[in-house]
Amino acid sequence: MEVTASDLDNLKATELRLGLPGIDAPEKPAPVSPRGSKRALLVSNEECWPGKNKSPEADSGGQEAQPMAKAQVVGWPPIRSYRKNSFKARKEEMEAAGLFVKVSMDGAPYLRKIDLKVYQDYKELKEALDNMFRCFSTGELSGMQGCNGSEYAITYEDKDGDWMLVGDVPWEMFMSSCKRLRIMRRSEATGMPSSP
Amino acid sequence: MTYFPEEVVEHIFDFLATHRDRNTVSTVCKTWYRVERLSRRSVFVGNCYAVHPERVVARFPGLRSLTVKGKPHFADFNLVPHDWGGFALPWIEAAARGCPGLEELRMKRMVVSDESLELLARSFPNFKVLVLISCEGFSTDGLAAIATYCRVLRELDLQENEVEDRGPQWLSCFPDSCTSLVSLNFACLKGEVNAGSLERLVARCPNLRTLRLSRAVSVDTLSKILARAPHLVDLGTGSFTIDHRAEAYHKVMGNFIKCKSLRSLSGFWDAAPHCLPAVYPICGNLTGLNLSYAPAIQCADLIKLIRQCSKLQRLWILDCIGDKGLAVVANTCKELQELRVFPSDFYGGGIAAVTEEGLVAVSSGCPKLNSLLYFCNQMTNAALITVAKNCPHFTRFRLCILDPKKPDPVTNQPLDEGFGAIVQSCKDLRRLSLSGLLTDRVFLYIGMYAERLEMLSIAFAGDSDKGMVYVLNGCKNLRKLEIRDSPFGDAALLEDVGKYETMRSLWMSSCDVTLGGCKALAAKMPGLNVEVINEMDESDEMEENPCDLDKVEKMYVYRTVAGPRNDAPDFVWTL
Repeated sequence: MEVTASDLDNLKATELRLGLPGIDAPEKPAPVSPRGSKRALLVSNEECWPGKNKSPEADSGGQEAQPMAKAQVVGWPPIRSYRKNSFKARKEEMEAAGLFVKVSMDGAPYLRKIDLKVYQDYKELKEALDNMFRCFSTGELSGMQGCNGSEYAITYEDKDGDWMLVGDVPWEMFMSSCKRLRIMRRSEATGMPSSP
Repeated sequence: MTYFPEEVVEHIFDFLATHRDRNTVSTVCKTWYRVERLSRRSVFVGNCYAVHPERVVARFPGLRSLTVKGKPHFADFNLVPHDWGGFALPWIEAAARGCPGLEELRMKRMVVSDESLELLARSFPNFKVLVLISCEGFSTDGLAAIATYCRVLRELDLQENEVEDRGPQWLSCFPDSCTSLVSLNFACLKGEVNAGSLERLVARCPNLRTLRLSRAVSVDTLSKILARAPHLVDLGTGSFTIDHRAEAYHKVMGNFIKCKSLRSLSGFWDAAPHCLPAVYPICGNLTGLNLSYAPAIQCADLIKLIRQCSKLQRLWILDCIGDKGLAVVANTCKELQELRVFPSDFYGGGIAAVTEEGLVAVSSGCPKLNSLLYFCNQMTNAALITVAKNCPHFTRFRLCILDPKKPDPVTNQPLDEGFGAIVQSCKDLRRLSLSGLLTDRVFLYIGMYAERLEMLSIAFAGDSDKGMVYVLNGCKNLRKLEIRDSPFGDAALLEDVGKYETMRSLWMSSCDVTLGGCKALAAKMPGLNVEVINEMDESDEMEENPCDLDKVEKMYVYRTVAGPRNDAPDFVWTL
């Protein structure tokens, strides 16, 4: 299966983000403080908003009005604070700890380590790996599903100990199950079974 | 009947199972009132401000079991300010003075302090059952008092409370002589747990049937507990993180196999997919399963687990199960009665998780389904009509489409017809929550068909006052009505003021009701408390010059014989 730019864009469409489906979320803040802004949105949803902020589309009935504000309507969706807090606590726990994984490349004399938390999606990860391992390969790393004439495929070991092709599952799921990465030579990769 | 001695009348009353029936017979004549009140053992107070605690205690001195509910339901979603009220202390104080024989106390959405727990523990020598649901204001010190002084405690059930952690020692406060526990649920506690104390406690309580552990309890401890208490019926597993290659995994699986009586599982706080097979051996016996706090388990593993649970009656799950997973539920769980599907991503921006397809599948495969809570991204009228046809036995139907005011995505129509089909088909419907794009029409249907409806939750719905009026005129059995962000105003509010005395309460927030309207209601109906809740804000002009034309942010109306309450904070005005 060929990897195209639109495939990478589709990956972006499946990524988890704060905002309603079908709406283009505003540009994400720079990775410098992605955790800070996520937390701010969660916190402001818990606060009591003054009465002035009625539901944004009460009059227009349309979906154009601030998508981010919609996400912050007080008490919506109607989920008990207890449940929200449980998940929030776990999310914060995950965000606080770095997620360092080893990255090896076939033929390279040494391994690298990266923090998966720093990247928002597969695209950023791939770019980072490109930069890191450029000196060891002649062409670009193709990375995701299938090949594009490139020598290498990016794979990862998951929690069960299986070697998987990077890019199949949503980014968040990948982050939580990835234990290490291996940039594999194409010639070895062709024998790989497809993901279950 | 007047010729029967009172003992006989009392004996006959023993056969009356419900509060409602007992309340009714007490109004027949003075003798029956007296016999009833002296023999009454159990009282349910649906709104703690509807009656003074002292009055309840004076009327029913033989009280053994008391249930009290505090804050309105929308408090669950942060719509009620934190210090609005609902204090447990006055109730415990009154009971301590008037009903020393109290054995059971159940409270929901109340503010319970450590001081009140300590008073409770010391005042009732026969105290057996404490159930606190969605309460707050206490810490593990209060639990320590309960453990220390309640010598014959049978049940300590803490469900989804906010409890301040002051250390693990509370569990060690159960004396060695405490062997009477039947049910212990501390799943909502966040702090450390003393594993040794816990194991010893379990070991010395042979009647323990329900045990729900908190996240801090490790699999190792769980394993030891299962070995000691294989007769458990209801288990909350604690963190459930295991390395599946380790010995701990095989041990816990071996211990699960011995638990032949296990019927209900919950917990799995940190469970990863590879841990689940440990419970496969007992899945075939399960009637209840709650995986709604296990976000790390995705669709494929959920499916593998559910395929083994053919006797399931109650399932609580996250929406990562997807429509595909719900189809498996439909094929496997033919006994299913209650389904709750919670969102794993609260702001609806994630992967489309469940849609109308999943719900239709379950309705078609599970004919006994009668209780539903379903969070989804979209719903269609056609689907709701099909569901209504497949499952006419719904008593509770709560649908939450995450995007407020979202229409049927296929036809772009409001969901009036779909919900209309539900209320028309489900003649026993007692509780309904609406969502999606809805016009006044849905309320016309509700008023026409939902005869048994007792509780209705409305959000972002309706076009005009007519909607609310249809409901108030039509639903004869309505007890609780809660409305937010809907265009209902004074005309609807004041259309039938007598109606509110037949109901427990009415909540309206971010609607079009004005201060003048609330004042008019309060003036006409002295038997109601009309509370206007105005949270102060620097830029809020209302506090300086409240004008009758100003819209009221939040209003809570309830019938009461206690008059305006004396513990209301500044921002609550009882008109």
